[in-house]
Order: sequence, then structure tokens, then C-alpha cells
Amino acid sequence: MDWHQLWKIATAEDNIPITALLGLVPFYTWYGLRQAFANDRLIAQLEANPEMAKTHHRKVQPYKPGWAKEIHVWPFLLRIELLAAIIVTAILMIWSITLNAPLEEPANPNLTMNPAKAPWYFLGLQEMLVYFDPWMAGVVLPTLILAGLAAIPYVDANPLGAGYYTFRQRKWAILTFCFGFIGLWVAMVIIGTFIRGPGWMWFWPGATWDHNRLVFEANRDLPDLFGITSMWAKGLLGVTVLGLYFAAAGYGFHKLFTGSEFNRKIYQRMNVFQYVTLQALLILMMLLPVKMVFRLVFRIKYVLITPWLNI
Amino acid sequence: MPEGSGNGKKGLAALLDKERLQTALQALKAKFQEDSKAFQKPTKTDLFKSIYRVKHDETPRSRALGVLTNVFLHLHPAKINRDAVAYNYTWGMGGITFYLFIVLTFTGTLLMFYYHPSKVVAFRDILYLEHDVPFGKLLRNMHRWAAHLMIITVWLHMFRVFLTGAYKKPREFNWVVGVILLLLTHLLSFTGYLLPDDQLGFWAVTVGTNMARATPLLGHDGPLGPELGMTAFNDVRFALLGGSIVDSNALLRSYIWHCIAIPIVISTFLVVHFWRVRKDGGISGPAPVVLESEIKPERKL
Repeated sequence: MDWHQLWKIATAEDNIPITALLGLVPFYTWYGLRQAFANDRLIAQLEANPEMAKTHHRKVQPYKPGWAKEIHVWPFLLRIELLAAIIVTAILMIWSITLNAPLEEPANPNLTMNPAKAPWYFLGLQEMLVYFDPWMAGVVLPTLILAGLAAIPYVDANPLGAGYYTFRQRKWAILTFCFGFIGLWVAMVIIGTFIRGPGWMWFWPGATWDHNRLVFEANRDLPDLFGITSMWAKGLLGVTVLGLYFAAAGYGFHKLFTGSEFNRKIYQRMNVFQYVTLQALLILMMLLPVKMVFRLVFRIKYVLITPWLNI
Repeated sequence: MPEGSGNGKKGLAALLDKERLQTALQALKAKFQEDSKAFQKPTKTDLFKSIYRVKHDETPRSRALGVLTNVFLHLHPAKINRDAVAYNYTWGMGGITFYLFIVLTFTGTLLMFYYHPSKVVAFRDILYLEHDVPFGKLLRNMHRWAAHLMIITVWLHMFRVFLTGAYKKPREFNWVVGVILLLLTHLLSFTGYLLPDDQLGFWAVTVGTNMARATPLLGHDGPLGPELGMTAFNDVRFALLGGSIVDSNALLRSYIWHCIAIPIVISTFLVVHFWRVRKDGGISGPAPVVLESEIKPERKL
């Protein structure tokens, strides 16, 4: 256990935000879900008691008859904003006084940094480079992430849960988003920061970043497993396997999505374009974890091989 | 001055006459006392009224006008839902993000006074800033940490909006504007990364822009790129760097994107984002919970 190495990585100035993320993301996930569960208890109560549903103010926040439903922005909101600004300024001041922004040696194209890392917020993309070629990891997948995020309001046909925390009424949406945001994005950033060392090799926390380490990983392509050498056959096999993946994943998501009574109701409300977009985005998102398993468990590099592109 | 006054004295002597001087001084004092009464009620002065336009007192109307008639505050409504100020609903992340944007604009402008986007002096400017400029180090630190913090708060803001379902009708489009702002925030931070012209920025940008050369169709290393005639000297990476390597043109381009182009674009989208928050009915909640049995049948086109 190399505590010094661990300390060096965790306290590198530019890694402080990720160290902060380690605390902030779990905290806010808990904070949001805590209120979701509080609302869910209220929803269960109201569903069990229709009389109560008619008269209740339907929030977990306290309310008594006679209380004004609205309050003045000045001073009740503005004082909070001022306070927030002061607190953020104080945090920034202390942070800036105690920690210096990193400055390395002057740029030198002849001296490659090892590891050469992207800014921390793009480490998720850099980590994807392990599993996909740059055109996928650096261009297509980021585009899909943005397109997928933008599509969320248009493919989410569930009318419940607008403007309040809830888990019960939006299980599917919340689990999917948390999987993408925490499992595939934040986790990859953390791996890229704390675990990837020289040569972008995997170093468990506490392992020494050995610049001379060699890893003998005999990565193979899928067609190699079957002894296929012809380019045409390779392409055909790849397309078939990808096609099978799309079909299987699509079927799996369909089963999963229509698995509950409530989701079937939502499914009924969706039009064909919404559903196809949702399916396409989910299938493409799952490409990453599936490819990770292929790579890490079966040591397979490419599935589809063509003269123009490899996946 | 009428003739014959001043005890028959003339010229300078008349001006220095003791009695006359005293009368004049007393009149001035009385006038000063009278006029300075206005300072006891500064809000009644014409000067004050000209600045603030409306009266400020403890009435509800006045409090509402205080927000509505102020250019900086008028993005707020006069009144909001009593529960909307609860920290556990909003987490304050959107507001903090905007505040950090202001901090970054301020510190960034100050940094621009000391920085030349030229390969010859850029790195030396940073050294100068760190060692010679008063508070230069603090300035640079604050700019960098605020930028990092802004990325985190943007992520958490998105997370909160998702968890509260605030992107649902009628706020769908504002979520899309938010996604664009998310991208622009990252690009803003990324373009700033190269500016110190040190090893960290150089290699981060090298890694980043090397991905661009693999762009399908538009990159010389991407699928079908070479087939479309892409080379290292005409593809999308060349456009980003202003050359085939990360060099002086890349520094200049990154500087202009960072300091001028993206801030203008992001400000425009910010305006739209805030305006839509109001037009879409203000902050989304905390809204009363809706039960499954109360879902209204959807409207078909």
C-alpha cells in the first residue's frame, strides 16, 4: 500500500474537484432521494385515503390554513441569494488562498506527459477511448450523450412527478438517469483521475504509479476467436453480432420497460417516434458497459471490423 | 449691489465690511440648515428618487415594485411560492452557477490585462502574474477554481432538475437550452485550459483535439474521412487549431473562443434560459403531488 502515491493523487490541485465530487454526488443523491421517499410516503397515504387527498395541501412542507401561499421575493428570496453569493465567495477565497492553480513546465511538444490527461471533466470521454476508437469515444458518443440529454423531455411520456421529488412514480426514469450520470459519467471521471496511471494503465488506489510497468494483454478481435481471416467474413460477422446485440438489447429493454402495470400505461401514451428514439438511445448507451465487459472479461478489442471503421 | 450700501465704503473695503459679512454668513447658515434637513430623509430627495424611481417602504406594493422596477432583479417575479425558497428543493445550484459565471467574467477580465495570447510571452505572463502582479496569484487561482466549481454546480443543477421532473411540460424546451449551456460551459472551460501554455494544458488540448481528427467524414483519421479528401491540413482539427499541430495559432484561437466568442454565445443562451424560466411559469415547484389515478388522458394531435 503506497499511501504517499494515494495522497499525491488525491491532493493534486486539479484533482480537488473530483475529490469533492466523491462527497458531493453521493450527498446530493441521498439528499434528493430522501425527499423522494418522503413524498412517496405522502403519495401512498393519499392513495389509501381519498378523503384526505381531497383536502390535503399535497406537499411534505408544512402548511396551515391561513398561511399565505406566496411570499415576497424581496426580502425572502433575495436574502438567500445574497447569502449564497457570500458563502460561495468565501469558499472560493479560502480555496484560492490555500491551493495554487497548477502550472507545469512550458509547453514542450517533444516531451510527452505520461499520463497525458484531458481536463478532469472530460476524463469520462478519455476513459471511453480504452473501449472504443477515437471517432466513437471522442465524437459519436459525446454527440449521442448531448442528443440523448436533449431528448429526455420528449421521450419521457410519464406525466407524473413534475415539480416534486419522487421515486415511486418515476422509477424507470430515475434509475436510467442515475445509471448514466453516476454509473457511466461520474464513475468514469473518478476512474480516469484516481485509477489510470502512466500509459493509461489500471492502478488500484494505493498502488505505485510505476512508469516501467508492462502489461501483457493479448487483445483479440472477435473474428480471431473463430479463425476468420477474410475481410468480407469479418465484416459480415461483425454486422451480424451488432445486429443481434441491437435486437437482443431492444427486446430486453422492451420487456423491462413493459414489465410493470404502470409502465405499460405510459407505453400506451407514447407514439412510435418517442419509443423508437428511447430504445435507440438506451441501446446505444448500453454499448459502453457491454463493450467494457467484452474488453475486460473476454479481452476482445473489436467486434466489427471493416476497412473504414472498427467497433 | 445697490448704490450707497456698505456704509459708504467702496470696492474691496465694502466687500470686507464686517457687518455685511456677518449678515451674509448668517443667511448662508440658515439656508444650509434648512437645506440639509433633506439629509435626514434622504429618500425624499430628488437625487434619490431619480435613481430608484419608486418609493421604498414596508408595504407589499413597495416590496413588489422594488423587484419589478429594478433591472438586475426584474428576472425575479414579485412573489413566489412559499415553499420554493426551501434549499432542499432547488439546492441553489442554478443560481450558484450563474454567480460563478459572474465571478469568472470579473476575474477573467482582470486576467486579460496581464496576458498576451502569443507563444512567445504567454507562459511568461503567467509567471509574471504569479510572482509580480499584486494579488495576481489569487486572481488566477480564483479564476481556475471558480471554473472547476462551475462545472460541478452545472452537473448538480442538471441532476436536481432531472430528479424533480422539472423538465416536464411546459419546460421541455428550457431543458434543451440547459443542455446547450452545459456543453458551452465545458467548452468554455476547455478553451481556457491551453492558455497558460504549460505542459498540462498543451497535452490536455493535444489529447482533446486528437479526437477531432477522428471525426467521421470530417477528420483525416476518421471513418470515411480520407475517402472524402480530408488531410491533416484541411480537416476539422485543422479548423480548430488553425494548423496541424497545437501551436501559436491554436493559442490565439483558443484565446478568442475563450474570451470573446463563447462568452457572447453563452450569455445569449443564459438570457433565453432565464427568460424561459419565467415564461414557463416560474420555478417548477415544489408542486403538489399528483396521484396515479389522476393522470389526465393525453391529447392526440
